Amino acid sequence: MNRATALKVFSLGIAAYCLTPFLWLVLTSFKSPSELTAIPPKLIPSFHWGFYQSALEKYGLLGYIANSVVVAGAATMVTIVISALAAYGIARLRLKWTNVYLLLLLVLSMFPQIAIAGPVWSLLDSVNWLNTYKGLAAAYVALSLPLAVWILTTFFREVPVEIEEAALIDGCSRLQALYRIVLPLAAPGILTAALLVFIQAWNEFFFALIIMTDPNVQTLPVGIALFPGEYTMPWGEIAAASTIATVPLIILTLIFQRGIVRGLSAGAVKG
Amino acid sequence: MKSSHRLALLLLLPSFVFVALFSLYPIVDSFRLSFYRLILTLPWLGEKMVGWENYRDLLSDPVARQSLKTTLVFAAITIPLELLLGLAIALVLNESFRGRGLMRAIVLVPWAIPTVVSAQTWRFLFNDRYGLLNFILFGSDAARYIAPLAEPQLALVAIIVAEVWKTTPFAALILLAGLQAIPDDLYEAASVDGASPWQKFRHVTLPLIQPALLLALLFRTIDSLRVFDLVFIMTQGGPADRTNVLQFYGYKKTFAEGMIGYGSAIAVVVFLLSLVLSIFYLRLLKTNRPQGGAV
Repeated sequence: MNRATALKVFSLGIAAYCLTPFLWLVLTSFKSPSELTAIPPKLIPSFHWGFYQSALEKYGLLGYIANSVVVAGAATMVTIVISALAAYGIARLRLKWTNVYLLLLLVLSMFPQIAIAGPVWSLLDSVNWLNTYKGLAAAYVALSLPLAVWILTTFFREVPVEIEEAALIDGCSRLQALYRIVLPLAAPGILTAALLVFIQAWNEFFFALIIMTDPNVQTLPVGIALFPGEYTMPWGEIAAASTIATVPLIILTLIFQRGIVRGLSAGAVKG
Repeated sequence: MKSSHRLALLLLLPSFVFVALFSLYPIVDSFRLSFYRLILTLPWLGEKMVGWENYRDLLSDPVARQSLKTTLVFAAITIPLELLLGLAIALVLNESFRGRGLMRAIVLVPWAIPTVVSAQTWRFLFNDRYGLLNFILFGSDAARYIAPLAEPQLALVAIIVAEVWKTTPFAALILLAGLQAIPDDLYEAASVDGASPWQKFRHVTLPLIQPALLLALLFRTIDSLRVFDLVFIMTQGGPADRTNVLQFYGYKKTFAEGMIGYGSAIAVVVFLLSLVLSIFYLRLLKTNRPQGGAV
């Protein structure tokens, strides 16, 4: 077996490993109820939309999607603004304690969720922010900050200082320099960071579970985890909801693949 | 105060507010609460300082000990599997061939899938009545079908499979970045010296991707100690607490049973465990880091 054939075989193996499990769930979502339980299982479904319909109508899937969009969207916007300020300070001012702060963020990002869960819950409870979008979004901002600050610091450091110094000499303030010069130049980095933060918030389950106990404000992951079944698990509806929750992410990932790989590996922070 | 210090303070302050409220204060408060008896379902007991009682209870709690063991076994099996599989994938993706870009995108798919969705996917594949696994193993002979998630011996294995599947791509990406940082002339020099492919791997590749390996090891360890979503969805810690990892046990005590003090003691243990491990790895990483390495 020559090298090219071997690589082809390995590639096919890797692709099968990565795609098969989820593909099976997607195929399942298009089955009819009788196909779902058929033995032997039907490989190619008859492309029924029944499970999607019932997920939307009986299980209120649209509500979960809307909640996820609002929470993840708001968290991403706030995180990026706040992180851009911090990353700019760390990348440009190069002070000793700002580097210590960067390390502190790294350590914080390694905390197991349970280590902070109880107090976070009581804190949000004390200001009546449980079961609110702002409560969960605020928690997500804190969770995503380390990742975003690390990535943005890496990208800001790559923007040449000279351009900025010229702007400062021309009478720009520091903030104007950030807004007019650095941000446009670091736009790919900001997009990457925003994408990773959004994916993190969209996928997060633990805090969504403890903060959102009211089904009306629950996000997609909580909905998918707690989909109620009266007698048996509603597998078809779960598959349909899972497909809807995942396909946008996969499309985003495929489009921005290069940026994501770079953000994950060069920034080398967990996503 | 110099103006650059003041400016830095101003720029970092907004992020610090969130960090202080949602990370620093909570961790300190978890430590404090772990010394109190506070049970939400028994509010009349109040919040009573009990010293080390929660920790003493934890030591003699068989479920807690089982839980610690399960967490460590889970980490000890998943992490080497993820690194080995990840390295194999990274080695393939590091070769140049047609369709490599597409392959790199495909590898990101399990990473991008929400953990909740991958948990449901695997739960469905392992289903005892119409799961694909049963059909692959036993064909249409439904009488022999097994329920892996309800078998004490198999439930943890099933969760390990789901975890390894989802997180290997992340390890592969970090290792791929490490592979790409190795200069080509080192391989060329090795070829000139007549090194076999294995010798090149052993004496060029392995030593030079050590920092990337350590980095992957660090992130994967931290993450495997906080596995939660898979357990919550696939087994709820069962059967008979066989998959009841620490983070799930802490969640159950704190939020399902309202034992705030006891739950906090579990939280502190998980926290210290991951803190010690991350400091250890970070030190290793520091000594192994090449000049200008990407960390």
